[in-house]
Amino acid sequence: MSGTYTVRDSMTMLRRNLRHIRRYPSLSIMLVAQPILFLLLFVYVFGGTLGAGLPGHEGGGNRGDYLAFIMPGILFMTIASIALGTAISTATDMTTGIIARFRTMNIARLSVLTGHVLGAVIRTGCAVVIVTAFAFLLGFRSDAAPLGWLAAIGLLILIAFALTWLTVGMGLAADSVETASNTPLFLMILPFVSSGFVPTDAMPAGLRQFAEHQPFTPMINTLRALVTGAPTGSDRWLAIGWCILIALLGYLWSRRLFLRVPAT
Amino acid sequence: MTATNPAIEVAGLTKSYGEHAVLDGVELTVPQGTVYALLGPNGAGKTTIVNILSTLLAPGDGEIRVAGFDVRREPAGVRAVIGATGQFSAIDTLLTGRENLRLMADLTHLDRAAATAAVTMMLTRFDLADAADRRAQTYSGGMKRRLDLAMTLIARPQIIFLDEPTAGLDPRSRRNLWAIVREQVADGVTVLLTTQYLEEADQLADRIGVLDNGRLVAEGTAAELKRRVPGGCVSVRFTDTAGLAAAVSVNPQASTDTEALTLRLPGDGSIAGLRRLLDTLDDDRVAGLTVTSADLDDVFLALTGHAAEASAAEEIPA
Ligand SMILES: Nc1ncnc2c1ncn2[C@@H]1O[C@H](COP(=O)(O)OP(=O)(O)OP(=O)(O)O)[C@@H](O)[C@H]1O
Ligand SMILES: [Mg+2]
Repeated sequence: MSGTYTVRDSMTMLRRNLRHIRRYPSLSIMLVAQPILFLLLFVYVFGGTLGAGLPGHEGGGNRGDYLAFIMPGILFMTIASIALGTAISTATDMTTGIIARFRTMNIARLSVLTGHVLGAVIRTGCAVVIVTAFAFLLGFRSDAAPLGWLAAIGLLILIAFALTWLTVGMGLAADSVETASNTPLFLMILPFVSSGFVPTDAMPAGLRQFAEHQPFTPMINTLRALVTGAPTGSDRWLAIGWCILIALLGYLWSRRLFLRVPAT
Repeated sequence: MTATNPAIEVAGLTKSYGEHAVLDGVELTVPQGTVYALLGPNGAGKTTIVNILSTLLAPGDGEIRVAGFDVRREPAGVRAVIGATGQFSAIDTLLTGRENLRLMADLTHLDRAAATAAVTMMLTRFDLADAADRRAQTYSGGMKRRLDLAMTLIARPQIIFLDEPTAGLDPRSRRNLWAIVREQVADGVTVLLTTQYLEEADQLADRIGVLDNGRLVAEGTAAELKRRVPGGCVSVRFTDTAGLAAAVSVNPQASTDTEALTLRLPGDGSIAGLRRLLDTLDDDRVAGLTVTSADLDDVFLALTGHAAEASAAEEIPA
């Protein structure tokens, strides 16, 4: 019976999730502020120096070139930041009594989690728009065609979906809300060890190997290619593949954690 | 579910946490349309039973059927017919009362008009209309409890589990809740509730099971249980302190209340026992006499061999 109501129950839970966000906006504001602070920090504090080291610019790039270079990394961090919030809100939700009530009801079992994931994807969409608008204020311009932007949006949604299922799992696995706010931190650190903020060829050999092959690098490279109108190459398929793999693992993990009938 | 099928059937139910056996061979059968009360002190295993029956917790051994569905193999079938109000609040405190009820109505798959009507009806029925659009966070304990129950009932379940439904309610709210439970039963709903108050079990239940340390130590109607507890208690009120003092000197086992000039003695239920007591008293100094029947403490004492308080003190903090 619950199968036929999966969509309806998920939409009900999505409405619940969006209401929570509206009732408790401070977390969302903090999560959007995070990538904006990084943007300001990188453009104004590091941008002059790091821009000068960018390859492919006559006599080194400037602050503006650096802004264009890190934009995909910043967008990735925006997604990671919201995903971190999802781990926190999932863990918080699991501590409330209403979850036990949902478990005694004949509803689509995973709809609570789907509500969190869909809510997070919508939040990520808003955050990406805000951060991009901010970047435009700082002088960011894109040469990409509308189709490129459309593809970039599609990829951003896919990344958000993948990271969110992963962090929902982290939220479920965490024994406390504090733990849930710590475990996803690596999502905020790893973009620095990728092609997001400096070209990987400037890194020492071991680190560079890692940076070039970690899953976030093809995602960031593809985003960069899409928003600058460059060809995406094989990175595109790697990025999509990683997203699907992470989403699937995150989903299966969350599902297992949520569906087990506790023996204690 | 056929008419002959009991709503709840539990046979040989056990549950342990590591070495600690929490339920030890519980047997109970609740016919459709009746109320069963599980009476027991803190830590007796009441919540554990309710959680197992409502598919929240995996049972140890035993055969457990709810509406004919096996809780292990057919949990979805169980969930489709039950409604549960746990011991601890199961409401969404970030939502308003109305939104909480609407959430339940939507998850019960009522259509829009039916959902709106049901929500309005429940808000009125549970005295929450004035606070309907306030966040549940701001509700008093009693209001939260009422909302919790309304959320369970809006889905019109056939079998309801109520874990200490009146804990923390004032006398008026408690009576309202009793009335609601009776209405449900009149509609053919089966209710299993837990309580620490004999009076509540007495008021509501067709049958009462006394649970102690994970075992059902007694089962029967309220009258049957009380009959198993002899005596009750005799209280004698005196006109002055001298009268009380004189009575205490010949009845040293009695407990006294010097403020109220009252002497309390456990009775043994026999006329002879009562006569022996009266013979020790000075007629002119007695202002009044009451013989009360057993209360919960007496029932526990008689059936379990220890007082409710004592077993509460044993409870290991979770
Ligand atoms: N997760 C757990 N791990 C270990 N022991 C537990 C766990 N949950 C419950 N217990 C133990 O099981 C026993 C029964 O607990 P239960 O909550 O069923 O009691 P109860 O009758 O509902 O008590 P109360 O009136 O206090 O609500 C207690 O001794 C309790 O400490
Ligand atoms: Mg309990």
